[in-house]
Amino acid sequence: MKIVACIKRVPTTEAQVKVAADQKGLDTAGLPWMTSFYDEIAVEEAIRTKEKHGGDVTVLTLGPAEASKDVREFLARGADAGAILKDEQWHARDARATARILCERISKSGAELVFLGRIATDRDNSAVGAMLATYLGWACVSDVVALEISGTQCTARRETEHAIETVSFLLPAVITCQKGLNEPRRANLKGIMAAKSKPIPEEAFTDVANQQQVLKVEPPPARKPGRIVGEGAAAVPALMQALRNEAGVI
Amino acid sequence: MPNIVVFVEQHAGKPARAALECLGAARACGGSVCAVVAGAGADAAAAGLGRFGAAKAVVLQGGAASSDALAADLAAIAREQGAQAFLCAATSSGRDLAPRVAALLDSTLFSDCTALSAQANSFSAVRPWLAGKAIATLASSAPVFCATTRPNVFAAAEGSGTAEIVARAASTGGKAQVTGSAAKPGGKLDVKEAPVVVSGGRGMKGPENFGLIEELAAAFGNAATGASRAVVDAGWRPHAEQVGQTGKTVAPQLYVAVGISGAIQHLAGMRTSKVIVAINKDPDAPIFKIADYGIVGDAFEIVPALAQAVRELKAHK
Repeated sequence: MKIVACIKRVPTTEAQVKVAADQKGLDTAGLPWMTSFYDEIAVEEAIRTKEKHGGDVTVLTLGPAEASKDVREFLARGADAGAILKDEQWHARDARATARILCERISKSGAELVFLGRIATDRDNSAVGAMLATYLGWACVSDVVALEISGTQCTARRETEHAIETVSFLLPAVITCQKGLNEPRRANLKGIMAAKSKPIPEEAFTDVANQQQVLKVEPPPARKPGRIVGEGAAAVPALMQALRNEAGVI
Repeated sequence: MPNIVVFVEQHAGKPARAALECLGAARACGGSVCAVVAGAGADAAAAGLGRFGAAKAVVLQGGAASSDALAADLAAIAREQGAQAFLCAATSSGRDLAPRVAALLDSTLFSDCTALSAQANSFSAVRPWLAGKAIATLASSAPVFCATTRPNVFAAAEGSGTAEIVARAASTGGKAQVTGSAAKPGGKLDVKEAPVVVSGGRGMKGPENFGLIEELAAAFGNAATGASRAVVDAGWRPHAEQVGQTGKTVAPQLYVAVGISGAIQHLAGMRTSKVIVAINKDPDAPIFKIADYGIVGDAFEIVPALAQAVRELKAHK
């Protein structure tokens, strides 16, 4: 089975971000980057699926040349191939453009199963997986915390606010991965050495125009300065007083 | 005046509060609102939607328990209504449906919006990036403006209107079918929708002490329990409770952070809460920088005293 795992290069979750001077995006100078947290879970599930059912895993990213570092990490963990749809403006693409560009590449790849993270931790749209599946005409299950595959018959469990749902579907399919699906492995030395010489081709794609225009990006509004109401349990009455009479929330 | 189609999520005949807020957001855009309701209890749920701003309510009858089949119906209704916008609440079902509807309309999606505006038929949205580390105002040139609205942000507008109820046969089939659903234990409130969130961090010292967090949440009565990434990674709490950039972004009326120092990624996930209370033994903890009210000291003494005070207040109301 041919499997594709899509990853996105995003600012690290611990990064303090600054808004660019023109207020049209983020100031990326010196910004530390990582693979989006949930995409790591996606690649891990792709590798586990291959180990159980056979096939090969391609790690695909729409991103800059520097993303080869991220892709190579996953080659070291057990993915078979990597490819970069080279795009210096990857972070400024809207969800539809990203999904359509990935769709063009994946529909030619012979893949039957695609894994993505449930959300990319930069633009937080949580849209590309289900949009990609819709453009491909494939089944899609989002926020998956468990997956079983038997031939082309699949069962996934997905997490909602109130319940765990069981969903049945046939391949081909797109799965978006939620925390809890697996615990991503680390690369071992053998994997790291083997990954060093693997080619990671940079590929071109048919451009898709954005339907989203950035009018303005701002830092979040500063919160009004707060205060320490006191120390220890003795401060509880003062806190209750403040919550009732000042804040009016209880 | 734009035509706006809103998917109204309902459970056992009762519209989800976040869905009524979404209707309020649609109404505030100045358009004519067509609500769509699906599933068992849809008739009952549709009956009152006129009061919340719907001019029309389409009740999908029958149909499959399938997100892609429902999305196909929603896209078809949006086309038939000549809709300029499709909206639903950014709940887990809304987040699952909306991108499918958007793709069927070949329109991009603006997720988890905190403000919407419409001038004539052109829409813009405000939405957080990086869990709120930056706030973007975005214009749409999509054929249909597709967006999800963040729960607890928009006001549901209750009035006295009535909606024209229209029945429509739902699509059968669907590529992925929901074949079972197991309710989470205790029917607990989710951190994303609860008006009060009580979260615990590493300062709770171990999973056995989270009874105190649950006790305080129970005292409020309308509170969900949350957790920091550190305690979820340590396996003390389920990941569904995690608040932060790699968990859930929340905006309750009241957020109580107990024993949470305030890592950047946690602060990003809760900084838009209306009121933040921090309880921490370290007076220099970053959480105090964004808290409205702080108590410095031992959570194991403060939390039970606070729970008792909240219980007494509720008993006297």
